[in-house]
Amino acid sequence: MKPTATGACEPPEHIVTHDDARVHVSLTVNGRVHAIAVEPRTTLLDALREELALTGTKKACDRGECGACTVHVEGRRVLSCMTLAAMQAGKRIATIEGLERGGELHPVQAAFIEHDGFQCGFCTSGQIMSGVAMIEEAKAGWPSAATADIRRPFTAADLSDAEIRERMSGNLCRCACYPNIVDAIAEAARRG
Amino acid sequence: MHPFGLSRADDPAKAVAAHAQDPQLAFIAGGTDLIGLMKDRAALPDRLLDINGLPDMARIEVLPDGGLRIGALARMSDVAADAAVRGRFPVIAESLLFAASGQLRNMASMGGNIMQRTRCAYFRDEDDLPCNKRRPGSGCSALHGLNRNHAIFGWSDACVATHPSDVAVALAALDATVVVRGPAGERAIPFTDFHRLPGDTPERDTAVGRGDLIISIEVPACAEGRASHYLKIRDRQSYEFALVSAAAAVASDGRRIRSARLALGGVAHKPWRPRAAESALRGVSLEDRAALESAIATSFTDARPLEHNAFKIELAQRVAVRALQTAGARA
Repeated sequence: MKPTATGACEPPEHIVTHDDARVHVSLTVNGRVHAIAVEPRTTLLDALREELALTGTKKACDRGECGACTVHVEGRRVLSCMTLAAMQAGKRIATIEGLERGGELHPVQAAFIEHDGFQCGFCTSGQIMSGVAMIEEAKAGWPSAATADIRRPFTAADLSDAEIRERMSGNLCRCACYPNIVDAIAEAARRG
Repeated sequence: MHPFGLSRADDPAKAVAAHAQDPQLAFIAGGTDLIGLMKDRAALPDRLLDINGLPDMARIEVLPDGGLRIGALARMSDVAADAAVRGRFPVIAESLLFAASGQLRNMASMGGNIMQRTRCAYFRDEDDLPCNKRRPGSGCSALHGLNRNHAIFGWSDACVATHPSDVAVALAALDATVVVRGPAGERAIPFTDFHRLPGDTPERDTAVGRGDLIISIEVPACAEGRASHYLKIRDRQSYEFALVSAAAAVASDGRRIRSARLALGGVAHKPWRPRAAESALRGVSLEDRAALESAIATSFTDARPLEHNAFKIELAQRVAVRALQTAGARA
């Protein structure tokens, strides 16, 4: 066990302390296990892009404000810029590269093409990852701030356009393709 | 971000001991506030202790008396979706759903939520402008700067910041307690004492300190819980902090208020309980808007606006009236 860089005090021995320069982490991304060595301060986003060359996940604000870096951890949508790679060791991570099945686009991906849900495309992978998980949240009965009465059970049939806009508010699109994004997600939700 | 060490905690006692003896160690759970603070250099811990693996701290339980125990590691989205929370204390679920985004709610823990630091732009500024909360003694840039989003109650010349949490407002209204484990054992902190007013030590946000680990938040059963509501007013319809918010919970006979609980957000360094208004509301009809307004006004005689936020005085009173009426209609 090494002291940390500033070395103010030796961590107590019962706590597993990693080498301060590099931490050996095993990340399970899109079903594949990757053993990498990263600094503790490396975000999951930077690890995906810089260590695993999975550049479909985009880095924009890097402050948890825009949603471009959205990925799934254990099936839930999260912001990969606001968590550390070393904290996600052993978790099941999915990125936009892992959505297709046997060469077939995921229904949300197909719907984005069909409904012209993007212009420049920079936010698109985050929008799609967010949309896929959001549909699952609705199916699981999660209410939202757009739900008329959160005391009542919510069902996927209640997923109105207003619901989709509220639930997708964490994903910004500077090209303002919002109407088409909402249409794409609404259609994928109906089909799914 | 600056370099730091990272460890993982598997036992609460050891986590508390590690935190108590190391002034440069910070707990990390969801990370959605701490990582942002580190990127803005407003927090520079040398070591992080990841507490996500601590056992039994993510549960949401209904207590035998009808109250709730929410584990500190429960995620905002799980609490908001919980059927018991939605039915028994809708104000809690609503306050969570009106906060942040779907992604952030999946990440952020309840303990971290109430520990989040102010969104005052001067505090968060990467250029390190004068801020007594960030660097004690350096001055307050907001006092005579851009202070539209700042406090109208309880501020000091040292700090005019507001607390950004929505669910903290609901928990204050419900007289929740925060169960904290420290080096001397567990203690329960009344929610209304958990956050501090700035005084001349604005660098301290809360009553917890070195060696303290939040274990859970307990919400006592109360007659007003089911008839409760959270109303949040903001510059955008979604994904924005409150300008002003109100958590209201009402016990009534369907028309007349027997007792009301009220807390305001976006107006002070902590969730603000307008106690005089709560007393004045007893016996008032929920349909009598003028009477509701004058009862609420009793708590605004000591409001002190800053240059850009005088609008909050009227806005907060209107928000309180509407929140009470909506809550009361749920009885």
